[in-house]
Amino acid sequence: MSDVVEKTLTALPSLLSLDSHPGSAKLSSTSKLGNLIRGITELTSKHEEEKLIQHELLAIKEQVSSPNTTMMKELMVRSIYCEMLGYEASFSYIHAIKLAQQGTVLEKRVGYLAVSLFLNESHELLLLLVNTVLKDLQSTNLIEVCMALTVVSQMFPKDMIPAILPLVEEKLNHPKEIIRRKAVLALYKFYLIAPNQVQHIHNKFRKALCDKDPGVMTASLHIYLQMIQENPEAYKDLTPSFVTILKQVVGGKLPMDFNYHTVPAPWLQIQLLRILSLLGKNDQSTSEVMYEVLDESLQRAEMNHNITYAILYECVKCIYTIHPKSDLLEKAAKCIGNFVLSPKINLKYLGLKALTYVVQQDPKLALQHQMTIIECLDHPDLIIKRETLELLFRITNGQNVTVIVEKMLEFLCISEDDHTTIDLVGKVAELAEKYPLKYNEWFIETMNTVFSLGGDMMQPDIPNSFLKLLSEGFDSVEEDRKLRLFAVNSYIPLLRGEPGKLPQRFLQVISWVLGEYSHLREDLEPAEVLSLLAKLLDMKNSSSETKSWVLMAMTKLCKGGADASVTQEVSETYSSSLDTVLRQRAHELQYLSQDPELRARVLPRGSCGNFAFVSEALAAGAAPYKPPHQRQEELDQSKALSLEPYGLSLPISMSSCSITDRQSPTLLSMSSGLSGDTLKLDGIKRVWGREGYLAQREPVEEAAQVEVPSPIQSPGRQGEGDSLHSQTPTQTPTPEPEQEKQQLASSLFVGLASQSSVSLMGKSEPMPQRFRRKAKGQGLGSSFIANEQISSSLISPPSAVDNLLCNNLLDSNNASELAEQTSQLSQSLTTANGTCHAEAELTESDTKGCNPALRRDNCVVAAGPGPHNDPGRLTEVCLDSYLPAELSGLSHSEIAPLCANQSLNLSACHVQKEDSLILVVFIMNSSESAIQQIPAGEVTSYSVAVGQYSLTVKRPAVHVEVVGTVSYQLPAGTSQSLQFSYKVPLTSFIRPFVVSTEEYGTMWLSFSHDTKQNLTLINDNQEPLTATLNALKKKLQLHVVEVIGMEGIVACRLLQDLPCLMHCRVNAGWLAVWLRSPVPDLPDCLIYHCQRALQSL
Amino acid sequence: MQFMLLFSRQGKLRLQKWYVPLSDKEKKKITRELVQTVLARKPKMCSFLEWRDLKIVYKRYASLYFCCAIEDQDNELITLEIIHRYVELLDKYFGSVCELDIIFNFEKAYFILDEFLLGGEAQETSKKNVLKAIEQADLLQENIDFQMRLFAGSRDPAQRAGGNRTDINTIFIAIHTPPSASYSAVCS
Repeated sequence: MSDVVEKTLTALPSLLSLDSHPGSAKLSSTSKLGNLIRGITELTSKHEEEKLIQHELLAIKEQVSSPNTTMMKELMVRSIYCEMLGYEASFSYIHAIKLAQQGTVLEKRVGYLAVSLFLNESHELLLLLVNTVLKDLQSTNLIEVCMALTVVSQMFPKDMIPAILPLVEEKLNHPKEIIRRKAVLALYKFYLIAPNQVQHIHNKFRKALCDKDPGVMTASLHIYLQMIQENPEAYKDLTPSFVTILKQVVGGKLPMDFNYHTVPAPWLQIQLLRILSLLGKNDQSTSEVMYEVLDESLQRAEMNHNITYAILYECVKCIYTIHPKSDLLEKAAKCIGNFVLSPKINLKYLGLKALTYVVQQDPKLALQHQMTIIECLDHPDLIIKRETLELLFRITNGQNVTVIVEKMLEFLCISEDDHTTIDLVGKVAELAEKYPLKYNEWFIETMNTVFSLGGDMMQPDIPNSFLKLLSEGFDSVEEDRKLRLFAVNSYIPLLRGEPGKLPQRFLQVISWVLGEYSHLREDLEPAEVLSLLAKLLDMKNSSSETKSWVLMAMTKLCKGGADASVTQEVSETYSSSLDTVLRQRAHELQYLSQDPELRARVLPRGSCGNFAFVSEALAAGAAPYKPPHQRQEELDQSKALSLEPYGLSLPISMSSCSITDRQSPTLLSMSSGLSGDTLKLDGIKRVWGREGYLAQREPVEEAAQVEVPSPIQSPGRQGEGDSLHSQTPTQTPTPEPEQEKQQLASSLFVGLASQSSVSLMGKSEPMPQRFRRKAKGQGLGSSFIANEQISSSLISPPSAVDNLLCNNLLDSNNASELAEQTSQLSQSLTTANGTCHAEAELTESDTKGCNPALRRDNCVVAAGPGPHNDPGRLTEVCLDSYLPAELSGLSHSEIAPLCANQSLNLSACHVQKEDSLILVVFIMNSSESAIQQIPAGEVTSYSVAVGQYSLTVKRPAVHVEVVGTVSYQLPAGTSQSLQFSYKVPLTSFIRPFVVSTEEYGTMWLSFSHDTKQNLTLINDNQEPLTATLNALKKKLQLHVVEVIGMEGIVACRLLQDLPCLMHCRVNAGWLAVWLRSPVPDLPDCLIYHCQRALQSL
Repeated sequence: MQFMLLFSRQGKLRLQKWYVPLSDKEKKKITRELVQTVLARKPKMCSFLEWRDLKIVYKRYASLYFCCAIEDQDNELITLEIIHRYVELLDKYFGSVCELDIIFNFEKAYFILDEFLLGGEAQETSKKNVLKAIEQADLLQENIDFQMRLFAGSRDPAQRAGGNRTDINTIFIAIHTPPSASYSAVCS
């Protein structure tokens, strides 16, 4: 061995300098393997490598057969290496077995490894291993037993199972956990390769399931999963056991060893979830047993880690597979939403996959994520794109089929993977055939693309069923004729062009169609068709199958006369062909072209659709033919998660039913009565509503429907306000690409929204998507200027996810839905200084939501009591004194300057009242002259006008920003305006909510929107929980309902009527907070403020 | 799981484990195709692939690609975690593992894999337990090796793989959890 060492040492300096060869870096040992590896990395060409390996193999071969066994282990490793590089070392197989048989323990290990790498189950040499395994299974050395079991669970000849089965069974009682576990896995392997061999030991499986070691139990689940997959009925009785196990796992009852990154036994959880979904499928009573644990799993998996997502994903799949339960479905849908919207591409992919699973049950979900789906369609990663198409395929209906097919064909053009192409081509063809009638030309064109793209890889039934469709036709003779004619028309130019590039299958279709239907085109001479077809025969790459199709077509077409020369020539050429089929066809052609009478009898025109024998067979009891798409559908249904509706217990099933009855597109409707019954879709653009198509035109309509809220004081004037609201606000034009996306969305998701109007849970949400805006001016003649000034630039979405969301909203909704006009300056005339202007002008302000966590259409409706106009000449103003008297007793925020110009100074503050928040705007005239047409009328020089506006929040946002404009007129007559904005944190709207613990309990269960987070605890001398809660109470005006031990419950409400409940628990130095509310975004906003409040301490 | 492949960025196969019986020709074909497909993908792309009727889950650690083929109903994310756990195991065993460890000690990598996955299913997911099992077998091996060396009378400067891992250009495999103190080699 010393020579090896020497070699290595001499090689060392050169190795050190060779950075580009990582293989040379490690001098792992003086082993020959090291030398071999290093040698290989230094080579430059494949040829050299081959030479070296061959040389090496020769050397190994020589040595293995020599009696020097000390080298065996090393030789084996080297031959494994050579095999891995792709060179055969079959001579060493037998030596590997020998090594496993005769070697010492350590040699055995390598021997077994080599065997498991070299051989596969069916290799005959494996029989020689049986005895070794038998011996080792009986060994007293645990390591030997382990090795034997390991190799057995990887590969074992099927027929020899009975020989070792008793020994393996015996190991199930072994005191060592690791042995029992391996034995169970070996039995699993046996079950997979020869289920009937282990039939009799099912009770042993049950024993393994009840094993005291969780590892053995986990191993037994593999067997159960397999058995339940085959026959779920037989194992229903085990459901409660599986549920209990899962409950214990989720509850963290397993030893720490089973944790993976602090998640308890994720592999086990997933295995159990898969088993449960199989058991609960189509079985209500079994499903009911598992609802609770599924809910718990969903809630426990809160950590932001791949492993929890894996569990969540499995959980969602399970929930959608078993008998549905509405609140679970709701949570699962939310989960899917999180996946789809995730910036992590892997999660997005899984989200799309999950959507694909559930979309037929719940098309609303796809609708909710339509913008994301559109983005995914353009994703640079083809895998994502492909999955999106799969999803679209599932939601195809008569209205969006053209767009979806177009997208699929686009993908086909760039896809390089054969498997994908075959699959997609099949799907396109299926879709095209499902909806052929509506779009004749589209159908033919699509099929043409399918044939040319799919080439010869596609399933043979595609051209067959296409031809069948053409020949059998539909109800209307005229339509059929048009369809066929169109097909003929499209093929002629193809043949005139370069038919050599067309795939064989397509050529066959073309020749058949031309043979049958070219007569439909009257300006087309049969002679021309014949010569075109004859050209196909001359092409080098035409297969003989294609040629016989062409000859068949020619036979149908030839009439003698002018075309006789062509047919004659062709038939002569091919009647001596070596191919018997071609020769046969050529002879047919020859005879039939000469005898028109015979031809008419043999090949009557239009006869191809009549198969009398079919009806005979049917009468005799044969199974009726199923069109391919129907077969495909049945296949899909058996493969996918349960897609058929379950009973009628849920509105869901209604929605899935309705997907099948496609309505014709309803007319555009401009109805303004929509707002009443629309469903809130959380800022999702509605493309297709009850009344019809809403897309594209929607923003305009929306705006037109906008009503301006009436101030509280003047309910009687509403009629007048309504007459004003028809003005269309100016809009920021949507950028072009956005518009494209929008259009795409509307064309893709057409026909889905009609289903979506059935709410998943059957309960309508309190917030109408549209908001109303009513304006009323008091005073003499009021006019109304609506200046909608929201554009995407005004909204600043904070986080990436929301960014997406927000942009989506912008894309789809345009301004009006997003941020709402809210506060509006109404006016009354002040009597103090008497001047009153006939031309009072109403200025309206916008509120925009800037809000990190939500879909927003926060709508703050304002109603203002009359502003005051206090006279006075003040240079230095203490604005405090201008606060209206009724507000002066209440606490108000600091008066903040808003903006100013040479003539006006604007300041504002907000005052918290029990039921509302009052925004007080101070308008100070800082100029020498009086200013008119301030909403309040005239403001004399250096005086202050005060306007107050009551704000309420309809949709929560972290901050509510009020944007307004003050329009005024200088004495000179020039109109001017001043814009301002004022930001109010949501906390200003929060009020304590006094409830009892019982009330809290009932409310908690009924609220559907929740969020969870860990907050920092305040650690001072006091009890941390109380300290933290008190701090929150002080900062956010919460009401602490009760503190029990390490848990506390807190309640608050958003102004009068929107409650939010908070559950706090001290957990490992953190405060685990769980918020629930009936209002979608309130919990998220509040948690944000809680965080801020605690951070600022 | 149907099979697991480890290959380098250059497309060199480093480890292969097949849990379904396939002919050598088929294996080679699959390996070639997959290596090509996976290497062609850009870093920010999805870790999942649909390939033939299988799903491929792959992840790159430094210069090595770990690639698993699973069936349709299997969970992709948990497969990613299987890969990750395997890397963690290797890391702990070799002490911040690098590609070279796997090249020169591929049989060890196989032993670890066999202890972790059996017949394509995760059999033992606890890092501690897997390594304990390996350690026990190793211990036996090292002892015998040592005895043999005594008999042979030659002194082997670096018996164990990591024996002199003065890193010449080791590329450490970056994994999320910082590797704990490197596995103490059982050297007699």
